[in-house]
Amino acid sequence: MQWTRKDLLSLYDLSGDEITYILDTAEEFKKVSERRVKKVPALRGKTVVNFFVEPSTRTRVSFELAEQRLSADIVNMQAQASSLLKGETLLDTVKNIEALQVDLVVMRHSAPGAQAFIARNLSCGVVNAGDGAHSHPTQALMDIFTIREKKGRIAGLNVTIVGDIIHSRVARSNIWGLLKLGANVTVAGPATMVPREFESIGVRTCTNLAEALEGADVVNMLRIQRERQTAGFFPSTGEYAKFFGLNHDRMKYLKPDALVMHPGPINRDIELTGDIADGPNSVILEQVTNGLAIRMAVLYLVGCVKK
Amino acid sequence: MNEYILKNARIIDPGRNIDCKGDIGVDAEGRFAEPAALKAPKSVDLSGKVLSPGFIDIHVHLRHPGNTLAETIATGTAAAAAGGFTSIVAMPNTKPAADTVGAIELLHRLTAREAVVRVLPCGCMTVGSAGEEMAPIGSLKSAGVVALSDDGKCVQDHALMRHIVEYAKAFGLPILDHCEEAKLSEGGVMHEGKWSVLLGMNGIPAAAEEIIIARNIIFARKINWKIHMQHVSTKGSVRMLRAARAEGVPVTGEATPHHLTLTDECIKKFDTNYKMNPPLRSEEDRLALIEGVSDDTITVIATDHAPHTRTAKMVEFDYAPCGIIGLETAFPLCFTELVKKEVISLPRLIKKMTVGPAEVIGIDNYSMAPGNAADFTVIDPEAEYVIDKETFKSKSRNTPFDGRKVSGRVVMTAVGGKIVHQA
Repeated sequence: MQWTRKDLLSLYDLSGDEITYILDTAEEFKKVSERRVKKVPALRGKTVVNFFVEPSTRTRVSFELAEQRLSADIVNMQAQASSLLKGETLLDTVKNIEALQVDLVVMRHSAPGAQAFIARNLSCGVVNAGDGAHSHPTQALMDIFTIREKKGRIAGLNVTIVGDIIHSRVARSNIWGLLKLGANVTVAGPATMVPREFESIGVRTCTNLAEALEGADVVNMLRIQRERQTAGFFPSTGEYAKFFGLNHDRMKYLKPDALVMHPGPINRDIELTGDIADGPNSVILEQVTNGLAIRMAVLYLVGCVKK
Repeated sequence: MNEYILKNARIIDPGRNIDCKGDIGVDAEGRFAEPAALKAPKSVDLSGKVLSPGFIDIHVHLRHPGNTLAETIATGTAAAAAGGFTSIVAMPNTKPAADTVGAIELLHRLTAREAVVRVLPCGCMTVGSAGEEMAPIGSLKSAGVVALSDDGKCVQDHALMRHIVEYAKAFGLPILDHCEEAKLSEGGVMHEGKWSVLLGMNGIPAAAEEIIIARNIIFARKINWKIHMQHVSTKGSVRMLRAARAEGVPVTGEATPHHLTLTDECIKKFDTNYKMNPPLRSEEDRLALIEGVSDDTITVIATDHAPHTRTAKMVEFDYAPCGIIGLETAFPLCFTELVKKEVISLPRLIKKMTVGPAEVIGIDNYSMAPGNAADFTVIDPEAEYVIDKETFKSKSRNTPFDGRKVSGRVVMTAVGGKIVHQA
């Protein structure tokens, strides 16, 4: 197939074929990082700006490495250092960046839809590195890539996502990507954080973890933000771990060869116990490795699209 | 001024239960008159047109003083005239807020200088609409306000609210309340429901509105005084309002054209022209609102005309101000969606844009009876066109309806017999 999008904003926008195409492309790029010389000239002569209006370490480092391995020229911008503090609008800031003949803007922002808004108003490409609770497409793609690599397929698998679903862009992007590729998706966690409205798009919702884990091929344990406790979503991290954490006893509900995933950073012994995070079912660090391949594939596809 | 006769129109005057073909005169003083009583009138042929009393909008933000980049009394009233409105109630959340006699006097002065339609002042319920201390309600009444509102905000202190309703009753001032429980809506930018969940946006639950609607019904019943619910948006609100009105509680409610025509799904493109408060609700809520309009639970169509500059709206959805302009699109939208689709008849729509709002603010001389000021609106019910925001008289362009195909055009508006708009 021919890639035609200048932006990657959300998996909701993509077809199953487009998602598969990104995964296939990432397989090729994964080999690059396994070589002695970890660099290809795919984006040589192109300039990428990493614009993180919301702070990030792991995603920014992953994007930066992906860009370097594609031989792109890179500029990093953070909100604190940008003109946003001087009262400039976001659109003016990115228009100024574009006026420097930049090819791609990788952006993270706390407001849902911020990247869609700027992408509409820019001719250069925009890659969403996370917009509020809305979307984090490259995270979901690396999760799905990891599942496909281990299981050989996505269609028909039972995937359970556990935790703070309502505030999670990782959950939303995984849901769209997995549904488009034919997986059975369950979301689970405290009732205050698992909106029933997801059932309208064919996702099962669950507030009992045993039920949610029964027969799962994959379980993705989302990070729990401690500030949600003070906001009244659950009583304590201890109670959270007791009812919604993955521990040795609950592993029996999963299929024996089930994958245990986590988008990081982990709160050990809250979302899952340390021994499970480090155990044989865990693919948490492989997710990180695959993130690099996915970001290389995405940057290559949108960076080389014919405008 | 010269006398004239409006000839051959379909006259719809719901205040007098009139719907017939006929002629109406306007005398030299700018009042309606029997055609036979005029000496040498000009005639204006209105064949094929509908002649209605001038529309009344009890929910308009004129932004003057405070944000004259978005709207002024001149441009806001010109937009009203273009939309067929001859009287508008100016919400008090200007900067400074209309919470003092001085602020109302300033509004009178600005109005005298540049308004082309009647601007009826509304005063704050609380000082600065901060919800803490009662505004000088008696003095505001003496200065000429027709109602009280903290629109945009909602008094959260129920004891204070109770006192305001009691006190306002003694001065004969109705309360126009923006119903929103602030803790429930805190941080919300759109309706809480399927689409807020799918989009990862903070939701404003229906309960935030319904809890205050319930409170207001309780106070209106107990105190036996008029509380008007602004921009009713949820199914639960309609249900409570219906039950309360059936019991005879003095409560009324308004619906905006946008809540009657749009839903939360529109937000999936993150266009800030779909951001308003209360937010666009679900399709179920929209249909309940239409039912409320149809069975007269909702007696008022009001626009919540809320101008914002392009700069203010060209930002991330979370950071955009709430509100859209509505004066110039209200009639065609309602005519297209309610009358053409046979939800209500044209006379009933006109009633909700004249009699309904007039009853809320207690004015009774708005009909086309001889002797009343000749405020009227002429409609071409056959016109079909595409809304073009660049033709608006409003200073702002924040509308989600640009490019929408509609029927029914306001072709003439007159205030006191003087023609203030002609298309």
